[in-house]
Order: sequence, then C-alpha cells, then structure tokens
Amino acid sequence: MRSTFIIAFRDLSSFLKSPIFYVLTAVFLILFNYIFFNILNFFSFQSMQAAQMQGQMGAMGLNLNDMVVQPSLHNMGVILLLMIPLITMRSFSEEKKNKSVNLLLSSPVQLHEIVIGKFLACFLVVATMISLTLISIGLLFYVGEPELGPIATSYLGMLLMASCYISVGVLASSLTDNQIVAAVMSFGFTLFMWIIGWGAQAAGSDFGDLLKYLSLIDHLDPFFKGMFDVADFAYYLSVILFGLFLTHRTLDSNRWR
Amino acid sequence: MISVDGLTKFYGPRQAIKQLTFDVEEGEVVGFLGPNGAGKSTTMNILSCIIPASGGSAKINGFDIFEESLEIKKIIGYLPEVPPLYPDMVVSDYLRFAAGIRCVPKNKIDEAVEAALEKCWLKDVKHRITGRLSKGFQQRVGLAQALIHEPEILILDEPTIGLDPLQIIEIRKLIKELSKDRTIILSSHILPEITQICQRVIIINEGEIVAVDSLEGLTASLRKTERIQLSIREGQNQAKEILEKIRGVASVSQNDNGEFQIECELGSSLQDEIARTTLDNKWGLVELKQNAVSLEDVFLQLTTEETQVEL
Repeated sequence: MRSTFIIAFRDLSSFLKSPIFYVLTAVFLILFNYIFFNILNFFSFQSMQAAQMQGQMGAMGLNLNDMVVQPSLHNMGVILLLMIPLITMRSFSEEKKNKSVNLLLSSPVQLHEIVIGKFLACFLVVATMISLTLISIGLLFYVGEPELGPIATSYLGMLLMASCYISVGVLASSLTDNQIVAAVMSFGFTLFMWIIGWGAQAAGSDFGDLLKYLSLIDHLDPFFKGMFDVADFAYYLSVILFGLFLTHRTLDSNRWR
Repeated sequence: MISVDGLTKFYGPRQAIKQLTFDVEEGEVVGFLGPNGAGKSTTMNILSCIIPASGGSAKINGFDIFEESLEIKKIIGYLPEVPPLYPDMVVSDYLRFAAGIRCVPKNKIDEAVEAALEKCWLKDVKHRITGRLSKGFQQRVGLAQALIHEPEILILDEPTIGLDPLQIIEIRKLIKELSKDRTIILSSHILPEITQICQRVIIINEGEIVAVDSLEGLTASLRKTERIQLSIREGQNQAKEILEKIRGVASVSQNDNGEFQIECELGSSLQDEIARTTLDNKWGLVELKQNAVSLEDVFLQLTTEETQVEL
C-alpha cells in the first residue's frame, strides 16, 4: 500500500510541476463559471417574471437546485469529458515513452499497486478541479436557499462519473505509448458511453434497456435529484473497477509479448 | 547465487534467447559479451523479473524468478539500457522516489539517498532536473537508482553505451569500486570494457552461449587453434586416435551427436588432410566444416567494433 501512495504522490507532484494542471484547471473553471452564471442569470430573469405574474402561475416550478445546480453540473460533466483524457493520457504512455516504467517494473511493487497509484493521482487532480467549483455553488447560499442534500449527492455522482472517465483514461494510456492516441481513445470511448443510450429506441425493448443501463449519464440523474441509489453507485463502481482490472491485465500481458 | 537453466525467450515467432545455462557465484563480476541483438538485454530483463521467460528456469539466491519475483526484486538493482529517469524530476527527489518504491524504510531514505549521491559522484547535480543532465550524468543517476537499496546483485545493461571516453572511464572506475562487495552482471558489446572489469565472460551470439570462460582462458584458447567439425558414418572408435596423429591437430573431441571437434593450429588449413584421412580409412564422410558459429568470428567482430579505451 505504501508503494501505491509513493507512486500517486510522484505523479501528483509531477502534475503540479507541469503547466498542464494549471492550464486545465483555469480553463475548466472559466468555462464552468461562465456557464453557471449564465444559467443563474436566466433563472433570476425567470423568477422576476414569475414575481410579476404572481397569482397566476406562482413561483411553483422555480427551484435553485433543479434549475441552476443540476444543469450546471450537467455541463460540468461535458467539460470533464473533454478534459479528463488530457489528464489521464500521461499515466502510462509517458512512462513507457521515456522507459521509466522499467523502474516501476523492476521494483518490488505489484502491478495492482502501480495501477491504483496512477488512478489515485488522476483522481486527486480531478477532485481538486471539481471541488473548486463549489466556490460558485456556495455563492447560491447568499442569494437564495438551495437544498444542501441534493448538492452533496450531485457532487458525489459527479466524482463517481469522473472516476469512470479516469479509469477508462488510465486503461487507454496503458495500451499505447503515444499520449495523443491515449487521449483520443479515452475521449472516444467515454463519449460513446455517454450517448450509448441514444440507440435504445432503435434497438428494441430488451437490448434497448441494456443500452440505456450502460449509459454513463443516465445513472447520474438520481444523484442530481438527491437520491443515493445503491444500484447506480454499484454501476459506477463496477465501471471503475473493470477499467482498472483491464489496465492491470494490459500491463501484465505487455510483459509477455 | 544466480543459476540459470535452459532459459528461453520467444518474441512472437522469433527466438531471442535459446537454452541459456550458466551460473554466477557470489561476489563475482560477470560480463555478457555479444554483438547487438544477441539477447543480452532480454536475458537481463528476465533476470530482473521485468519480462517472463518462455521456458527454462532461473534462481537467484534460491528464489525462483517466476514464482518469487517480489523477493528477487528486493535484492536486485537494475540499470536498464536506457536509464529509467523521469525527465521532470530533480535528481534528489528522483532518488527518494526510487528508494521509496524499492522498499527502503522511511527513516533510512535520507541516508540512502546521500550514500547513493556520494557513491556516484552526483552531489553537485542533486538539485538539477534529470532531463537536462548530460548523458553521462543521466547514466550515473541510473546507476544511483540501482544502488539505492544496497542490493546484493547489480545487473547493468550496457552501462557505458553512448558515453564519451572520459565518462566511460569514470563509470568503469565506479563499477570496479562497487564490485568489491557485490555480485555484478554487466553486458557490453565492447571487448576491452569486459576485459577491464570482469573476471568471467559469457559470450553470446544470436541467443546462444558461445563460450563461458575466464578472460585468460578465452584468449589463450583463441589465439592457438581453429576448430573443424567432422561427422562420419563408421569407424568412430578408431577415428579419434588417427585424427590426433595428423600434423597440426591440437586435440580431438567427440560431442554428444557423435561429431568430432578437431582443434587445429591457427592457419594450418587441415581440411584437405582430414578429408583424405577420412576417405583413406573408409569412414564414410558425411560432413566436414569450419565450425559455424565460431568463437573467433564473434570475438573478432567484438574486438574490431570499437577502439580500446585505456583505463
């Protein structure tokens, strides 16, 4: 376990030393906050209208959680979809390229410790990026009364989905020593896992249900609504673990070739 | 300490090493000598448990390379052909990291890093980024990384490749220094290098061991004889005696397949004479040839490939 943390710590400090982390975080926050404040602006415009037409419709459907937090986080999911492959692409590709992977392989470290270490480093980077958005969300508590519970579960769901992206990204990076190839593969695959549910209608009932179930984004909705469903949690967890398992197998089989 | 038995490795259909068998005693410095692509790196990668062998077995300190690789990795220090550096890391941080994953206890890491810096003359560059160091320094950092956990066995793959003559001399000095209390296996395609550092040489060519001998033994046997291989149908019993009487034949030995290995004096060209003897005695000549993978060829190639650098 100690080796896992040592590897994670090395990767993390390598992120912090390179401009990648700062550029990605800055771009991510600018995009997120632009989207967030526009959504908030639209919400305040709507609530002003609702106030003028008081009595007729009332402010019934207007809710900060549903109309601001949820769509903002939905958009955050899209931004992360673009950015996480850029974070994970280095994990193994870079090590393979500059041959430093031989240091890890000739050390008394087991493969799964290496894989978890790499995952952990990326997760901590992404978790930092995601938690920085809480500053903007926190501002909502000054201007209104959003529910804390659904915000908490939404962020949990977000972290889980981001972890799935990371898991896929780490797997892609273990498959090649080219970072661009790794990034494109993980981006392509995660995007496909997002939209895989779209085929549900054409696919007919049974297969369609399966496609819907596989879709990454569909499992996020309960979290956004403030629910913690074990089934959704298990779905994300199994995607993460399956990705890491395949990474482990890939590294192992690379040794045999 | 290290015993290798019938080690074989395939890369797809290509056989990189074929049935390697050799032993290394404790405290010995053994050189792997062979032209590029002979299977030196493959053997070293297998011994360091980075890649598994396709067949055969090897034991290091009684641990099996396949079953107990974690134990082996603890007692081995490995410097691959390309030093496994993280180009964005500072030398001392890099060594701390190496010490950490090589299971040096937490409270001993500082000590170990200092010792490695000292040994490899890296004190002056310890705050520099490894990616910006010259090749010679990078090689030394690679060596420091292999030494950090005080391993009993050092495996060094081409430790002097790509260095300028001055750096080569420094690295050789360092290896000599280290060999005092360690078992070292190092590979090279340069003969003089092995001559200066190693007590014993294993020459491999195209994945096969051509010779295992001390350096003196090798040079002695090489300079005197050339080898002719003869196989015949009949008369195996008397052939040895008669062949030995031919002028210029140093010795005759028979291998497991019944073929005769005839050691002749250098430049005596005895093919004609041997053929005539065979025909006269009606042994039935099957094959007569200059030994295919002759040690001399490999040796010659190695000796002429690079010019000697004096220590």
